[in-house]
Amino acid sequence: MASITVKVDGVAYSDEVEPRLLLVHYLREKVGKTGTPVGCDTSNCGACTVHMNGVSVKSCAVLAVQADGAEITTIEGLADGEWHPLQQAFHAEHALQCGYCTPGMIMAAADLLRTNPNPSDEEIREGLEGNLCRCTGYENIVRAVRRAAGTGATS
Amino acid sequence: MTTDTQAAPELGKARLRKEDARLVTGETMWTDNIVLPGMLHMAFVRSPYAHARITSVDVSAARSMPGVIAAFSGADFAGEQGSLPCAWPVTADIIIPHHPPMATEEVRYVGEAVAVVVARDRYEAADAAAAVDVEYEPLPAVLDMRAALAEGSAKVHEAGNKSYEWVFDQGDVIAAFRDAPVVIERNYRQQRLIPCAMEPRAVVASCDVAGEVTLWSATQIPHVLRFALSAFFGIPEHNIRVIAPDVGGGFGSKLQVTAEEVLAVLVSSKLRRPVKWTESRSEGNMTVHHGRDQWQRIRLAADRDGRLRGLAVDLLADMGAYLMLVTPGVPLLGAFMFPAIYKMDAYSFKCTGVFTTKMPTDAYRGAGRPEATFAIERIMDELAAELGMDPLAIRERNWIKHEEFPYTTIATLTYDSGNYEAATARARELFRYDELRAEQRARRESGDPVQLGIGISTFTEMCGLAPSRVLGSLSYGAGGWEHASVRMLPTGKVEVVTGSSAHGQGHETAWSQIVADKLGVPFEDVRVLHGDTQISHKGMDTYGSRSLTVGGIALAGACDKVIDKAKKVTAHILEASENDIEFSAGRLHVRGDPAQGRSIQEVALAVFAAHDLAEGMEPSLDSDHTYDPDNFSFPHGTHLCATEVDTETGRVTIRSYVAVDDVGTVVNPLIVEGQVHGGIAQGIAQALYEEAAYDEDGNLLTTTLADYLVPSAADLPHFTTDRTETPATTNPLGVKGVGEAGTIASTPAVVNAIVDALRHLGVTDVPMACTPERVWQAIQTAQNGGGA
Repeated sequence: MASITVKVDGVAYSDEVEPRLLLVHYLREKVGKTGTPVGCDTSNCGACTVHMNGVSVKSCAVLAVQADGAEITTIEGLADGEWHPLQQAFHAEHALQCGYCTPGMIMAAADLLRTNPNPSDEEIREGLEGNLCRCTGYENIVRAVRRAAGTGATS
Repeated sequence: MTTDTQAAPELGKARLRKEDARLVTGETMWTDNIVLPGMLHMAFVRSPYAHARITSVDVSAARSMPGVIAAFSGADFAGEQGSLPCAWPVTADIIIPHHPPMATEEVRYVGEAVAVVVARDRYEAADAAAAVDVEYEPLPAVLDMRAALAEGSAKVHEAGNKSYEWVFDQGDVIAAFRDAPVVIERNYRQQRLIPCAMEPRAVVASCDVAGEVTLWSATQIPHVLRFALSAFFGIPEHNIRVIAPDVGGGFGSKLQVTAEEVLAVLVSSKLRRPVKWTESRSEGNMTVHHGRDQWQRIRLAADRDGRLRGLAVDLLADMGAYLMLVTPGVPLLGAFMFPAIYKMDAYSFKCTGVFTTKMPTDAYRGAGRPEATFAIERIMDELAAELGMDPLAIRERNWIKHEEFPYTTIATLTYDSGNYEAATARARELFRYDELRAEQRARRESGDPVQLGIGISTFTEMCGLAPSRVLGSLSYGAGGWEHASVRMLPTGKVEVVTGSSAHGQGHETAWSQIVADKLGVPFEDVRVLHGDTQISHKGMDTYGSRSLTVGGIALAGACDKVIDKAKKVTAHILEASENDIEFSAGRLHVRGDPAQGRSIQEVALAVFAAHDLAEGMEPSLDSDHTYDPDNFSFPHGTHLCATEVDTETGRVTIRSYVAVDDVGTVVNPLIVEGQVHGGIAQGIAQALYEEAAYDEDGNLLTTTLADYLVPSAADLPHFTTDRTETPATTNPLGVKGVGEAGTIASTPAVVNAIVDALRHLGVTDVPMACTPERVWQAIQTAQNGGGA
């Protein structure tokens, strides 16, 4: 077992974890952050995307021990009083149906807008290619990211 | 009539979804989120062989590992596990093999469960599963349908490799083909697909000492599952509660009674502890039922002017190793759709269901209709090429004209309504069809290495499953009705219970709109409940684009009954005759005297108090309605796709995609458009990217999302969508199904566009998925003199 201290959505946690424990399982099963789901086991789908020290990572491809000392933001910690512009935009543009990919898609989009605050549609599509959605065909996801960019969602 | 209570009509309004709040914030309840006191985790040991005899299963080492509570082989369940149900015995002599949830003697596909371990957490369970020792005696794999039917083939089951043969003949097909000036024959391959809902399957089962079972499952069909657990596994129905919490997509893949659900219940019942199982993606790709997988031989007879005479279809449909819930019936849903929107003199259909040592197939978005639509829309293009006609012109030559509805097709379906002219005209305009044809000619003439192709799909489909009497005539094991309840709460709020269990379709929003319009209450005052058999005791669940066209009509019917009851109460309050009471925009009043009326909320409160009701009047407005449709729903539309095909590399790029769909009256255009987008994406995925591939030993090669290419945003184009609106005449809301339309329409549009880009090079087909390699190969074969 290894000792780790991780700040998740603003709260510090100290835990003993198996070295092999995936960050996503740590978040879901130790910290209770079930808002971050798991969609695959090969880091292809991106459903488990969170921010680690402000940068998006697929939390199924990070070990909990690698997050020692890190600050993690999940979909549950994204809103700051009111919904993040991306959460609002996904709602406004009907950019989700079943919603399973949505947490990861929003977290990945937030990182995209951090690095490219005003992306073209092409750049949005390329920027989100690591996140799969089976319901929407991505049309409205692209619209939502464009809309959020228009509101200055760069944080 | 006062105007202050006149609610804006909700039908047709682009309401943002009520569901979104929990989904965009992560406050969801997926099955895998559920934690119960004392809950254990299951992990399955699965066959690495496509076909083998199990000679021994030793779970002793697994049992002694840390944190392991139990381990079971199939033999441990032999007396109680029964056989997974097939609800659709399509012929009297169909072979339905015994299908134990856990194999005991023989395994027949890679991934079939042979043992289960139960441990304190998922990691310990996975460790212990690796310690189970199973010995096998390999048997020959049976992978190719045509080889499976050949004399002397190895057998999947002792009874043989043919499950059934189903035929359907209408009109004189022999006469239609005899002396026909043009006969075209094609063989098309519907590759095997993996549904890949983003949420993997997950189950939590809890059986208590009194024998009461609660099953949470990522399922589309809580009600069917409850019935099946009772009918086929001996648990008294009243002791079973099935809950489908938030469910992350289905596309038919969660329309199933799975081995894992049954085994979770059996394990929980043995251990008297709650158990959870969540599949990994690679486990799911192997063991969630697959879709499609047909060989289609299709022949078309026509006159020189393009008029269709007859159509003959001969299918081989891969059942996989067993028949699951509706496995054998899926291709037969296509039987009625091959003639599509076209008039003809005669039609024959034959389908042979074939066993192979692969994962069973079953419903996947469209279920039988995409396959049929693909074949007819592809061969219509071939006929156009043969006759030198424009492919749109040959469709128009044969389609049912707007003024001919209702029209009974050669496949005996009566299409209630449609306007193929209007949808096609609109699509043509948005697509700029003539300009693109001109550009195509220019590129051909200049010998551009990147050629332009235009693909057309003027589709219809049958959905809104389904009239119970029709299902009965097709030997299906259940009805096709749907149930709804409306509860008028004393404060004027409304609770709606629907038997149609949503998993992304937006019922909570759309149903609120229907109720708001029917009862004249605010949209926000309606709450929609679903997906728990203890709350929603009756339902047929969600598949086959049935929710709105069946469940929505049931809801409208329940609202009508509420209004009827409210009229009786109001008549008593106002000392008027019930026949004189009018209801409109949420108010009940005597005809001609709206000022003295009561709102439906006031009536609800009066009924709650029940101080002054008519003699014998029951103090309740609450109402139930069960609706059985008279007919299927027939959405239609015209999809146009322009592809650029690089003739040097085989790379296909979709340049533009236009979809004009007609789904009748629209409740929520946002939701409808979203369904169309997602449907198109899945159809394009079949055309260009996805294919479940097995190697020659029967190992699935596409177990991960790195190998099975579910497209990303970067792999798909922008879609231009629009609608025409021809209301259904078979239901009071005028609505038609939309859930599968996009998937049904888009696959042939894309492949037609690819072939159209290359036809001048001699290419007449490219097998799906149309990868650059296959496209390039088709060009090479054609250039070297053979038809592709």
